Amino acid sequence: MNLKNTVTIICLAGVLSACATDEALEEGLDVNQNIPAINVDNKGASGQGYNASTANVTGLELNQQSAYDNNLSAAEKLMQSSDFSDPSSPLSTRTIYFEYDSSQILDKFVPIVEAHASYLMRHPNQSLVLQGHSDERGTREYNISLGEQRAKSIFKMMQLLGVMASQINVVSYGEEKPIALEHNDAAFKLNRRVEMVYK
Amino acid sequence: MLSVSLSIYSLGARAELTIEITEGIQSAYNIAVVPFGQPKDNKLEVDVASIIRGDLAGSGYFRSLDQSHMLALPHQPAQIKFRNWLAIGQDYVVIGNIKAEGSRYHVDMSLFDVVKKEQLKGVRVTVEKNALRQAAHHISDAIYKRLLGVKGVFTSRIAYITSRVISKNNHEYNLFIADYDGANAVSIAKSSEPIMSPDWSPNGEQLAYVSFENKVSEIYVQTLATGKRKSVAKYKGINGSPSWSPDGKKLALTLSKGGNSDVYILSLDKLSLRQLTKSRAIDTEATWSPDGKTILFTSDRGRRPQLYVMPSNGEGGAERITFDGLYNARGRFSADGKLITMVQAKQGKYHIAVLNLETGVVSALTDGPLDESPSFAPNSQTIIYARRKANKEILSTVTVDGVTKQDIEFTEGSVREPAWAK
Repeated sequence: MNLKNTVTIICLAGVLSACATDEALEEGLDVNQNIPAINVDNKGASGQGYNASTANVTGLELNQQSAYDNNLSAAEKLMQSSDFSDPSSPLSTRTIYFEYDSSQILDKFVPIVEAHASYLMRHPNQSLVLQGHSDERGTREYNISLGEQRAKSIFKMMQLLGVMASQINVVSYGEEKPIALEHNDAAFKLNRRVEMVYK
Repeated sequence: MLSVSLSIYSLGARAELTIEITEGIQSAYNIAVVPFGQPKDNKLEVDVASIIRGDLAGSGYFRSLDQSHMLALPHQPAQIKFRNWLAIGQDYVVIGNIKAEGSRYHVDMSLFDVVKKEQLKGVRVTVEKNALRQAAHHISDAIYKRLLGVKGVFTSRIAYITSRVISKNNHEYNLFIADYDGANAVSIAKSSEPIMSPDWSPNGEQLAYVSFENKVSEIYVQTLATGKRKSVAKYKGINGSPSWSPDGKKLALTLSKGGNSDVYILSLDKLSLRQLTKSRAIDTEATWSPDGKTILFTSDRGRRPQLYVMPSNGEGGAERITFDGLYNARGRFSADGKLITMVQAKQGKYHIAVLNLETGVVSALTDGPLDESPSFAPNSQTIIYARRKANKEILSTVTVDGVTKQDIEFTEGSVREPAWAK
């Protein structure tokens, strides 16, 4: 609302009889009655609100390399091992799908969660990130919470099965990272998910 | 059905955008904004009259006469033949002239009542040459105030998020600020990880938002003038949904460090926390009433998401306020405190609705199917929101009576989560 530059609104005296100075004052703009048609102050910011030169200063690049990325190759190697890549192994399934607005683990996915829990118990130094997601329907922050609830459902089940809490991290991206970009029921089904990402 | 369209070249973002009025009002004033007189030896890149026409028509209270229907293009009061404007049904005529002086333009505008044949308002706006759009918006504000007695929002600003798929697993998210019509867009934060939930400080100098740049959610407060920012919340779990208190000293936010999503109040000077909700359900999307006494939030404590209010000082319980439909979420108060806008779902479609707190009546303003993130204009007369049109996410505005709708379309990427500066 507040422009960087000051804009002057002045009555055109003589020409415009109906114009009253107090109207201009009400608008909160600088008014100069004595020197008509001169603007009072331009603070050099050249009046675009936030102009391009400011933008170059204030625009932030938020991309950071984190430890996460550096570990990818080790995790990738693990994912290529037969335990995780053999389609007959339950560990090859690392995405759990959910019903609409629900964080309840469906019966058909319980054996998958159990298999991963078992692996984590046999490998206490292995850590896992549970990434919760939702479909695009509903509000974004609610979906962040819903995605977290889904991830935590799996977290709690794994804990009950005996996995150490310290092995698991939970993060929710809500609807911000869809896997399917279409806008139909098939896409919604694929996006309501928790991804188990080994680190 | 009114069809006015204008193309605007956005300086900051280099993104073409189009504003199209998709539905208009029947009882609006008819106003003819005549092309302004141009300065000698200066070719203007901005069509001031066209911007004013778009501003006024988009408000829902005016029908702007298309230039092709104008019989004459007067620049001086003496040249106006009121009878002719009356004959084509015009209530008001606006004329103007633009003069160059050094690095500035002087933009003179006169507003006339066609029936009374009398001048209602005259203003001169003086701006740097690259701020001619702003001059046009100031003139729109002056016309709006003179004819409706209410402050216009044409010089206000919005923030919003864009996302773009560069390749599989490579996305780009930006936080933009722009004029209310999407022009002069400037990215103030960019990341390959999601950015969410921008909220303006009450003085318009800072934005709070959520960034996943460190692979987990974190809330930042960024000062626009300097670009400096500060991380104010990076607790274990969710850090989401920041909302400034009306006094600018606190943020309501969502944290899940206690096990599930609850609303907390963060004091910005000491970064101290007070937990407001303590339910086992999802409590999120908190926002403040204009007097700062009440927190409005979404909770699924009744199984489905609904809106609740509770005292911001925590002394008192939560009270459910939405009962119409199975899904009512992400409420926002109007600046006058009389209305709450929200996302409402019915039959699987998500639309924008308004709850009138005086009458208790809930009105659906939009048709969906995937409308979200409504935000009131500072004058409480218009709501900006995000919607899906075909397969694109775009921003739209709708007047609080639901009658006038306007799309702001960007040529590329998805645009979402608009926040109108307070």
